[in-house]
Amino acid sequence: MRSEYKVSEPKGSINITDLGMVFKSRDVTNVALQTTNLSISPGEFVCILGPSGCGKSTLLNVIAGFLKASEGQALLDGELIQEPGPERSMVFQHHSLLPWKTVGENIEMGPRLTGDLEVEQTVSYFLDMVGLSAYRDHYPEQLSGGMQQRVGIARALATNPRVLLMDEPFGALDYQTRLVMQENLLSLWDEFKSTVVFITHDVDEAIFLSDRILVMSSAPGCIIRDIKNPLKRPRDQLISSDPIFIKLKRECLELIRAQSMTKLNIKADHQRPEIKP
Amino acid sequence: MTGYESLRKLSQESSLNNLAENKTTVLDKPTNAFLASLYPFMKKQIDNKRHLSVMTILFLFFAWWFVTFIGWANPLFLPSPSAVTQSFVDVAVDGYQGSTLLEHVGTSLYRILTAFFFACLVGIPLGILMGISHSFHQVFNPIIEFYRPLPPLGLYTLLVMWLGIGESSKLALLFLSGLPGIIIATIQAVSDINPNYVRAARSVGAKRWDLIREVYLPGAGPTILTGMRISLGFIYTVLVAAEIVAATAGIGWMIWDAAKFLLSDVVIMGLIVLGVTGMLLDLTLKLFGKIVMPWTAVRKM
Ligand SMILES: Nc1ncnc2c1ncn2[C@@H]1O[C@H](COP(=O)(O)OP(=O)(O)OP(=O)(O)O)[C@@H](O)[C@H]1O
Ligand SMILES: [Mg+2]
Repeated sequence: MRSEYKVSEPKGSINITDLGMVFKSRDVTNVALQTTNLSISPGEFVCILGPSGCGKSTLLNVIAGFLKASEGQALLDGELIQEPGPERSMVFQHHSLLPWKTVGENIEMGPRLTGDLEVEQTVSYFLDMVGLSAYRDHYPEQLSGGMQQRVGIARALATNPRVLLMDEPFGALDYQTRLVMQENLLSLWDEFKSTVVFITHDVDEAIFLSDRILVMSSAPGCIIRDIKNPLKRPRDQLISSDPIFIKLKRECLELIRAQSMTKLNIKADHQRPEIKP
Repeated sequence: MTGYESLRKLSQESSLNNLAENKTTVLDKPTNAFLASLYPFMKKQIDNKRHLSVMTILFLFFAWWFVTFIGWANPLFLPSPSAVTQSFVDVAVDGYQGSTLLEHVGTSLYRILTAFFFACLVGIPLGILMGISHSFHQVFNPIIEFYRPLPPLGLYTLLVMWLGIGESSKLALLFLSGLPGIIIATIQAVSDINPNYVRAARSVGAKRWDLIREVYLPGAGPTILTGMRISLGFIYTVLVAAEIVAATAGIGWMIWDAAKFLLSDVVIMGLIVLGVTGMLLDLTLKLFGKIVMPWTAVRKM
């Protein structure tokens, strides 16, 4: 077991300057991301909220190193991000566990490839952490969707990342499982305390999880609002009746509504319903 | 409960009940390592449509026997099953043209398996590299696409000129006929791999060569295996051609030689032996696949 796991000191600052992304094919140019500036402090839990196609995944993939930005740059702890690396591991929406590896082998891959000296302990530790020790020798196909995502999270954490990148990790789960997974994630995060960048469509999810919410405009996307989330931790799902939660939710919904209105060329100020806290 | 009763109960709970039900039964993966290695085959037994295949074979045999029995077929061209069985025994015991049946089969299998082994050895790595790298693909594709449709006999004349009429030209011909099937299947398999798998592996630290071992090879495995089976079939189809020239043994040569003397019972016997060994090799490949790729035998929950 690496000693770092026991220390929960914050790590992993992200600095993004003048980042822009344009996809060019033969005769179409598609602006996926307008010039974006962003900085995320070590240990921060940031949720990115925005309509479909606005460039959330693009932004995350640049941070992960899967995509090269057309302009600008992304830094991790001051170093230029150029390729994927285990210090920025990713949890995907679905179908990313290797079907030819058992649960244990999926988790084991990262520690083994990154030269962890005690692979065995690391794997057991993270299996235990996500409550799947009994499923170590099962293949991913034999698990439910929620269990698969827990394996995905364990696999990403097992490399001891400075930043955990999550692209709608619970998007394919049913509502109940989703709520449980959110609470799970927060209690895990209490232990590992790395920076998290979490993408979601779901306003409640963003508020429940985050320290900070970045709302993006519709395509081509840019960050239009940076909202601090002052809700106290530890949180459980009951917090959704907290006045602060409701105020945040209202703010986010209004922004999103305004976005979809401009997209449809409707003035957002007309007939706004009163939302009572 | 007596010891016997509890034992019986245990065995019923563990497997018999499951086996008795039907195809969709899911067996829990045994924890015992030995049992676990047998796990893929255990499900085989649940196949309850097996008897249909058996019936097909029995029917064909019956039709063959019937046609020869009532004298519809000229025994010179279609000898009876008993004549063919007799020639099987004769050749197995006394041999044909100086070699016993086992020697003929052994010689041919040696050629087939050597060629197949090298076809896999070259084809799988080449296919993986061609599947991963576009430049690699562009370099090798013209060669493969050009020689693939060439008729084996046409190729063989050239190989004989280059390598002589001995063993090496035969092996080269069999090798070349097996190669494209494996390469093409492997390329296809690699490019069909879900890019998310590659990303997931890179995101936990896999570099270029790690990716081949962790993702490309296992991910492409099932399709590569299909390619190998098809390729083995190609090698079989070319065997007789390869053994026509300057051979003194080999099941293909035996068939060819017997045909010259109108020994149709030996020809048919040879074809059956060839077919049966082919089926057995194919089965072996399938079993091999289930052992090295245990995840392909796992059912969804
Ligand atoms: N590889 C690519 N080539 C060309 N265009 C792309 C590519 N990837 C993304 N895009 C385009 O970039 C834009 C942003 O895509 P992105 O996947 O980042 O959106 P998103 O916010 O993640 O959407 P969703 O919420 O639906 O996942 C879209 O218009 C998309 O069509
Ligand atoms: Mg997306």
